[in-house]
Amino acid sequence: MSGAGPRENVFATRMALTNTKLRLKGAETGHSLLAKKRDALTTRFRAILRKVDEAKRKMGRVMQLASFSMAEVTYTTGDISYIVQEQAKLATFRVKAKQENVSGVLLPGFEVDRVPGSDFNLTGLGRGGQQVLRAKEVYAKALETLVELASLQTAFTILDEVIRATNRRVNAIEHVIIPRLDNTIKYIMSELDEMDREEFFRLKKVQGKKKRDAGKAEMQAITDKEESLKQLDEQQEPTVDLLSTKDADVIF
Amino acid sequence: MASTTAFKDRNLIAVIGDEDSITGLLLAGVGHINEHQRKNFLVVDSSEVFGVFYIISHSRTSPETQISGIEAAFQEFTQRKDIAIVLINQHIAEKIRPTVDRYQEAFPTLLEIPSKDHPYDPSKDSVLKRVQKLFGE
Repeated sequence: MSGAGPRENVFATRMALTNTKLRLKGAETGHSLLAKKRDALTTRFRAILRKVDEAKRKMGRVMQLASFSMAEVTYTTGDISYIVQEQAKLATFRVKAKQENVSGVLLPGFEVDRVPGSDFNLTGLGRGGQQVLRAKEVYAKALETLVELASLQTAFTILDEVIRATNRRVNAIEHVIIPRLDNTIKYIMSELDEMDREEFFRLKKVQGKKKRDAGKAEMQAITDKEESLKQLDEQQEPTVDLLSTKDADVIF
Repeated sequence: MASTTAFKDRNLIAVIGDEDSITGLLLAGVGHINEHQRKNFLVVDSSEVFGVFYIISHSRTSPETQISGIEAAFQEFTQRKDIAIVLINQHIAEKIRPTVDRYQEAFPTLLEIPSKDHPYDPSKDSVLKRVQKLFGE
């Protein structure tokens, strides 16, 4: 029972038992917390997935509109692609990163950061200026949708990664760490029980020996006593009556 | 997760697309040329269907070199540290599909957009494919 399954390499002592029990408790708390985190993330993930799907479809429509306005420009102004490509120097349409915290995971998102610039103002000066302006606005709107979609997609990618990591951790705790700690505790308990039994047996042995020794000692004492009595008797035999004997005279 | 630490200074949008898409997006103001004279957009000639003309006129590159050019631009845009979003026309992404599908990083975000003559097909999108895989299983 104690030998089955992997366990930690510890000495079977009461302290190790306490420590392992504490660790098991910690692992269980961690497991439940991580499971909660995973659930929260998954809920969020599902919401984002739905949004991504919607936004992708919306993007299709928006880009179609944008292409249409571009076609208008080409129709009225002619081909402006070359001028526009040559004039592009500094980006006026940028994005700014922001962060959002979902149960300990920092989800980055993008925000449109638009500097009102005067570039391309001269494009289509001859004709079609209005269309160019309109196309500019339409494309800016489309880009906003794209940026929104991009931040959703980033969140999607990162959440996916984090959920995987969390799942791995939850499973590792559930299937590796907790069984191992359990095994360790069982092993320590059985070893301690074994030691208890040994100790009991030893004590019994000691007690038996002590009793035996005590019995022997008693016997010895009895015989000793008898012997001493006998001796005493022997010693008492040569006693003489002081009155009946006469001492030799003392001459000074 | 290491890439998330350095996303604060990413603020550009890069584009790989056909002429019309690029023009429109540049009009909106995404165009940027940095101090090394690197552009953040690549125009892919959409008329390579007339490849015969190229061979006759020798004025343009062949489709193979064009694809390697797209690959190179894709690699450059995804490795640059100042780009937050890479937009790519779906029909162009289709040409370098293995590279696009292999791209899994969070930064820069890769976004496939429809173009004028190629309507958007959600079933080809690398992200939507993953979404469908997650939902469909």
